[in-house]
Amino acid sequence: MNRLRAYLLRHAQMLVGSLGRLARQPFASLLTAAVIGIALALPLCLELILQNAGAATSAWNDAFEISVYLDKGVSGERAQAIQKELERRDDVATVRLVTPAQALAEFRVNSGFGSALDALADNPLPTTLLVTPSLAASTTEGTTALKTAIGAIAGVATAQLDSEWVQRLDAILELLRRVVFLTAALLAIGVLLIIGNTIRLDIANRRAEIEVMKLVGATDRFARRPFLWTGFWYGLSGGLIAIGLVAVVEFAIGGPTARLAALYGSSFQLNGLAWPTVGGTVLGAAALGWIGAWLTASQHIREIHPH
Amino acid sequence: MIRFESVYKRYPTGREALSGVSFTVERGEMAFLTGPSGAGKSSILKLIALIERPTRGQVIVAKQNTATLKSRAIPQFRREIGVVFQDHKLLHDRPVADNVALPLIVAGVPERETTKRVRAALDQVGLLGREKSRPLELSTGEQQRVGIARAIVAKPPLLIADEPTGNLDPMLALEIMRVFKRLNDVGVTVVVATHDLNLIEQFPARRIVLGDGRIMADTAPAALAAATSTAASLAAAAAAATPAAPASA
Repeated sequence: MNRLRAYLLRHAQMLVGSLGRLARQPFASLLTAAVIGIALALPLCLELILQNAGAATSAWNDAFEISVYLDKGVSGERAQAIQKELERRDDVATVRLVTPAQALAEFRVNSGFGSALDALADNPLPTTLLVTPSLAASTTEGTTALKTAIGAIAGVATAQLDSEWVQRLDAILELLRRVVFLTAALLAIGVLLIIGNTIRLDIANRRAEIEVMKLVGATDRFARRPFLWTGFWYGLSGGLIAIGLVAVVEFAIGGPTARLAALYGSSFQLNGLAWPTVGGTVLGAAALGWIGAWLTASQHIREIHPH
Repeated sequence: MIRFESVYKRYPTGREALSGVSFTVERGEMAFLTGPSGAGKSSILKLIALIERPTRGQVIVAKQNTATLKSRAIPQFRREIGVVFQDHKLLHDRPVADNVALPLIVAGVPERETTKRVRAALDQVGLLGREKSRPLELSTGEQQRVGIARAIVAKPPLLIADEPTGNLDPMLALEIMRVFKRLNDVGVTVVVATHDLNLIEQFPARRIVLGDGRIMADTAPAALAAATSTAASLAAAAAAATPAAPASA
């Protein structure tokens, strides 16, 4: 029990000691941490864009809305019956009935062809049902099946589903997700190499000290330990710098994004990185630091023999 | 405790430091290794501490054959041996107390116990109160004593020292030798390499005289005691050492 306490205490001392050692060379330490931070900031910025693109397009789920145009001769009662029938379906959330008169009024307001419409003898617009699929059915397959089912109902002229561009956007987002993942994986390897190289130089500089430790009976594990904590600090500070850089990017593109969204009549606002992503990044970076140091220190410390 | 069997040591530079050295040091014995510089004293100590391995022959320390010892077992092996280095080998960026504590820290000795034993070791070499000094703030002699405190702090059953009094004035040198003698009196095996014949004259211990990588003389303490005058044995030792000097220079 005493031994365990002594062991943990030594670890804590090394944790603080390695931080102190880094603090004595603030410029060099900061430079290493900054390189790690920049490397990690790149995939994080991509992730930021992805996350917001996902949030922005989720508001456009009504792109899955199906416009159902009824036959010209269908009566108001029949239209309401079809509406009721559709509302009973599991894969339908809401059905909005638009009478030809309403449609004409909307068209008059939105199109600017008001006077031209006055020239028409009668209303050419059909009765329309706007069908929103339920959340479960809001997929490409679900809406396509629903569209086919609606098309078969008597009195329906056409059912139109214009989701092609949503599918394209989804495909682009999926591609971007892969790119983010691969970039993150490559840069993580880069971070391992950066930390490994820094630790290697650190070990070379402290070779005499390691030799003395080995002479008085230090195991390789013991001699390695302070370097693992050094790697941990490099990773942790690099992760924090990356989060800071992303915050700057958020601040810089937040205003323009809001203006762009306003031009599209949207009140969309840029969201910061999700907290799990922030926490995961900092912890992951610290772990990368530790692992990078472990890989290098294990090899190089074993090769040091006192003479 | 230590057994050398026809040990040869040739360094990568081609220099043969030891040419067929055989001797045994029993547990609890105290022995001086003397001879001119380059005679092989340091090589013998390095072979004992497993800093070097023999080119040929066997080196057996504490019943362990150093040739077959696995590298994983070396740290534990070294913890059983206190070594005083000629060049001190102190960590200059750590205070004296941390330097002395190093063997205890690597062995995982609890903090309170460590502090206590570091004070006791520093007291033995007369450096109590200098715990917080940095090695470079100390004189060479004081640094040497820090190295000695570090070698004895873990109470190893075997202590080896390479010119431990080389940088000390005669009074301090005598005091340090008394520390070694006291340790020997409580059962520690002590091997000291030194060319300070005046000093070892005052301690009735075995004397292994080296010259050009060979043992020139091996005098037991009993024989020393029988010698009528210390001057005679001094002269004998000097005579044994002299022929080797030109070759080793």
